[in-house]
Amino acid sequence: MQNRKKDFPILNKQSLVYLDTAASSLTPNAVIDKLNEYYNEYPVNVHRGVYKLSYRATEAYQDARQTIADFISASFEEVIFTRGASSALNLVALSYGEKVLKSGDEVIVSELEHHSHVLPWQQLAKRKGAKLIYVPLSKAGRITVDAFKQVLTDRTKIVALTYVSNVMGYETPIKEITRLAHQKNAIVSVDAAQAAPHRAIDVNDLDCDFLAFSAHKMFGPTGVGVLYGKKRLLDIMDPLEFGGDMNDNVDKFDGDWKDTPYKFETGTPPIAEAIGFAEAVRYIKKIGFKAIIAHENTLRQKAVDALSNIKGVTIYNPTAETGIINFNLDDVHPHDVVSFFDEDHIALRAGHHCAQLLIKWLNVPATLRASFYVYNDEADIDTFIDSVKRARTFFSDIGF
Amino acid sequence: MHQLETLYRQIIMDHYKNPRNKGLLDDDRYIKNHIKNPSCGDDITIQTLIKSGEVKDIRHEGSGCSICCSSASVLSSLLKGKTVDEAQQVTKSYLNMIMKQPFDESIDLEDALAYQGVTKFPARVKCASIAWKAFEATLKKASEKTDE
Ligand SMILES: Cc1ncc(COP(=O)(O)O)c(C=O)c1O
Repeated sequence: MQNRKKDFPILNKQSLVYLDTAASSLTPNAVIDKLNEYYNEYPVNVHRGVYKLSYRATEAYQDARQTIADFISASFEEVIFTRGASSALNLVALSYGEKVLKSGDEVIVSELEHHSHVLPWQQLAKRKGAKLIYVPLSKAGRITVDAFKQVLTDRTKIVALTYVSNVMGYETPIKEITRLAHQKNAIVSVDAAQAAPHRAIDVNDLDCDFLAFSAHKMFGPTGVGVLYGKKRLLDIMDPLEFGGDMNDNVDKFDGDWKDTPYKFETGTPPIAEAIGFAEAVRYIKKIGFKAIIAHENTLRQKAVDALSNIKGVTIYNPTAETGIINFNLDDVHPHDVVSFFDEDHIALRAGHHCAQLLIKWLNVPATLRASFYVYNDEADIDTFIDSVKRARTFFSDIGF
Repeated sequence: MHQLETLYRQIIMDHYKNPRNKGLLDDDRYIKNHIKNPSCGDDITIQTLIKSGEVKDIRHEGSGCSICCSSASVLSSLLKGKTVDEAQQVTKSYLNMIMKQPFDESIDLEDALAYQGVTKFPARVKCASIAWKAFEATLKKASEKTDE
């Protein structure tokens, strides 16, 4: 991988080893320039104006939707812009789930889920008297096809699973799980927030029913994400919000709304953000997933090998297939450690990573998480490992 | 020198490794307050016995980082035996100190002064404040009780 650091203004402004991509990625110049282009050249609303500028904004917004549809091999009307993965996943539960789920039905989730993919189903299940079923995780903390088979029943209506865990970095066998779920006529909602930045996704090949991700984890701006849904499912779903742009005809005592995706995009959408999102997708395509995966594997392997050789460091996911390392310094609270890294200008995450169920499953108070992306290089790993070694010595010496 | 070294001086490490007044009592004359920092899992309960305008006893229990846990211990040994008014002043002064606000330097914060270093770590100010916020809430509860 060529040196990508120059593409990211923040890396040229200050000394920074950024290892928190799993929370949010850094933003490249190409995307920042695209946002500026919108605000400088056609900063107006979409769908509404019949003047030239508004036409240009509308075209750019629709192009963005097409770019993202192509990115996951979906069609234009199957891509809904949302505020992010969280609101996309909530839309599935609150609209589709609300419509189909009945008392006694079962919803399969896992302890690997981000809060945004378990709480919406948990709350809906409670309201409906449906049952939440957890796939038993393997010893390593993975969702396996065999374990999934154990919990799949004729009562399963919804399967809501993460594609890549934001703490363990494991990839879920979504394609096989989807095939099995469909045999029981269950639908599959996939949280791809950690997959879309690092893996090529083809929704036709996966055959999943819904899939969500956020722009800000894949070089894009904050405030925008996507819900993919199969057209025939989106067609039967009701909008959650009513207002401008989503409606067709409005009468005093009734109204009707447009077809998907517009019925789900009430009010002025995140126009600049969607356009910036598409630019982020082009940035990814230019690099290519083959190169991204190879690069992340190299960095992760180097870091895992080095960490394994430091006494008093526990890695919880040594076999992960994506660029996430979940670890702790034994007997030191991660919050103490992360301040040490901060002093060394290394940014990484300490806490429960919005995945308290997994932290409880691991039976630790919290963990440290380092995650990698294209702007990291081997020198970053050297700096990181050196800091871990000095932190280990420091905390041992002062009596932890 | 790593600034952490200054922060984690003797006092903090001492209270972290050998916490004073740790463990809650099953005694309903005590007022209990529980605070959580959901982003990192710090979780502290402070249990206080107030009688005749005096802080007779403080107990604490919980889990979290060294700054969070040690500060509960420092608080308990510092404020035990003080009048409610004194305890209130110390608490206010301490919270102002760690939040980099002007604070009354004539009030002796004793061991709690060690936490001044936390101002160099803005992300850790919360850790140093949880126990004290729980105690502050306790005082408020106590004053509401006596008002009744
Ligand atoms: C796996 C996973 N799902 C969902 C989300 C939620 O994404 P957002 O916060 O952008 O809505 C995140 C990130 O926080 C995540 O890592």
